[in-house]
Amino acid sequence: MIATALQDLWYGFGVALEPHNLMWCFIGVLVGNMVGVLPGMGPLATISILLPLTFGIKPVGAILMLSGVFYGAQYGGAICSILLNLPCHPPHAVTCLDGFPLTKQGRGGAALGITVISSFVGASWGITEMIFLSPILVTVALKFGPAEICSLMLLGLLAGSTLARGSPLKGVAMTICGLLLGIVGSDIETGTPRFTFGIPNLFDGVEIVAIALGLFGIAEFMKSVNQLSEVDTKYTNVKFKDLRPTKDELRRSWGAMFRGTIIGSLCALIPGTGPTIASFISYATEKKISKTPEKFGTGMIEGVACPEASTHSSVQGDFIPTMSLGIPGDAVMALILGALMIQGIVPGPQLISEHPDIFWGLVASFWIGNIMLVVLNVPMIGLWVKLLTIPYRYLYPSALFFVCIGVYSTNNDMFQVGETIVIGLIGYMLLLLDFHPAPVLLGFVLGPRFEENFRRAMLISRGDILVFVKHPISAFFVALCVILILAQIYVRLRPPKVLEENMPAVGELVD
Amino acid sequence: MIKKSPWEGYALLENLLHKRDFYAGSLMTLLGAGVTLNSLSYNTGTLMHMGPGMFPFILGCTLTFIGVLIFGTAVLTPLGEDERILPVNKEWLGWFCILAGPILFIIMGHYFGMAAATFSCVFVSALGDRQSTWLSSAVLALCITVPGCLLFSYVLQLPFPLFRWGF
Repeated sequence: MIATALQDLWYGFGVALEPHNLMWCFIGVLVGNMVGVLPGMGPLATISILLPLTFGIKPVGAILMLSGVFYGAQYGGAICSILLNLPCHPPHAVTCLDGFPLTKQGRGGAALGITVISSFVGASWGITEMIFLSPILVTVALKFGPAEICSLMLLGLLAGSTLARGSPLKGVAMTICGLLLGIVGSDIETGTPRFTFGIPNLFDGVEIVAIALGLFGIAEFMKSVNQLSEVDTKYTNVKFKDLRPTKDELRRSWGAMFRGTIIGSLCALIPGTGPTIASFISYATEKKISKTPEKFGTGMIEGVACPEASTHSSVQGDFIPTMSLGIPGDAVMALILGALMIQGIVPGPQLISEHPDIFWGLVASFWIGNIMLVVLNVPMIGLWVKLLTIPYRYLYPSALFFVCIGVYSTNNDMFQVGETIVIGLIGYMLLLLDFHPAPVLLGFVLGPRFEENFRRAMLISRGDILVFVKHPISAFFVALCVILILAQIYVRLRPPKVLEENMPAVGELVD
Repeated sequence: MIKKSPWEGYALLENLLHKRDFYAGSLMTLLGAGVTLNSLSYNTGTLMHMGPGMFPFILGCTLTFIGVLIFGTAVLTPLGEDERILPVNKEWLGWFCILAGPILFIIMGHYFGMAAATFSCVFVSALGDRQSTWLSSAVLALCITVPGCLLFSYVLQLPFPLFRWGF
């Protein structure tokens, strides 16, 4: 098994090291790192803006670049948290707790250094996991019939909507809205136009770019306009030589790093629990097993190393279900799957065997990209810190231009721009009503495949709805769904004390 | 927030009208009901041979159910501390400018071409920030328009004329 894995990986490096792929990967991580640092711009908005630009390039390059933005942004987000105490990116909110006190003590550089090391350790583990776990998952998943695929998707959708931020009920409502948006357009089997309201531009369905840019572009800008205060750059004077942690700091971090990595990789395997939850759990664990838990929050280097390692191992691990099963765990993964689908590639267990260049090229590019990120972050730290001072009032109008032209370029159709504006306005209203729109994308991407498999399963079983419980594997997934719902109800009625004790500070930071 | 009122029921109702989840739940229930009714206009078919209306019908029913549940939590839970729907600082100008930018992009793009569309989109949306002035917005719009048009028109060859007179 190891021999074949190494052989495939070798092939992947061949793909990823082709000059143009290398270039896309570099552009991806560079842009990602940049937007990670910029307050007020997230990886979701950036990937959506870049998505239309990838239509013209080959699928491998497109995926390498978009994934690069995602994991590159995680490196940048840590800089923002540690030096400015600004949790611009949810996964790094926990890092603020101990990272910013360290900065105040003048050890911010060392904290950043430790962050880079633990990020690399976490990411490396996540990638290794992906190499060995994905083929196993695929061999199992290839035996699935429509009923199994359907219940697996149901599990993915449920987990993605209930475990994310906010109220689980509202998450489910958003997922259903996404599924409904996925229905708009001609029916696959009969060609009947559904929910098009007689508008011919809608017969092909709603464009994923319009949804993503409306929800994560326009709606987000409306939320943040005039809300971001001037950044306090008092502590941001960090030089290259400051990055070196002391021997003692390094010694204390190793254990934390590895524990964080393991927690992150476990969280990645459960759909819906992305990097944010992983970082919270790992911080709580680290605090619990520490000999000096009372010192956490005053600048413990472990409190930086552990969540950062888990964020990165979970970010890489997120790609496992996305690439091997075709089931995205969160909105970013849904977007990347959407990018694959636009390129005409059907996601699912057959992806690895049908498009080995994409899968193994992606895995190899993770290594290359992470090494690039270390190289980019260490000597250029001064430059990234300068980026922190770009005010939002220059940022969002420029981004709006890219939103408009990006949506226009998908079909060279102004109607799509209008679609984006409407979705953006609705998205902002939903945000005001406390709905988190990320699951919409999940539902939208999975919707058509979900319906197709549901119809097929019903046809094969001759209309017997109980088929989902009669097949053992499918019954297992359905049981997991039920457990998930029951657990949610239980947690709602009786909030666990452990989380409350550890998380008050974090809860304030995130929202 | 709770007002003392001679009628207990009236007070409860007024509390309910202040809750965010009341509106969230109603919205989802209405949306779900609308979808369910609309899906009946397509052929639902049987479970074995599903028509185009079946899947939306199931989704619509589920959404209605979820909406009622959200509504139910609004009725059952006490009034929270922060139930305001609009944020504390109402940025009407900011919101207006952010929406007006892309709308102008469509109109100007349709009649005058990419350069005018880009300039007006960036200029108008930049005006939405409190600290920006007419001049700073115009400078920013120019700084985006020139490289933006070069990039999309010449490098990426987008079929969108830089200048046109579309009347």
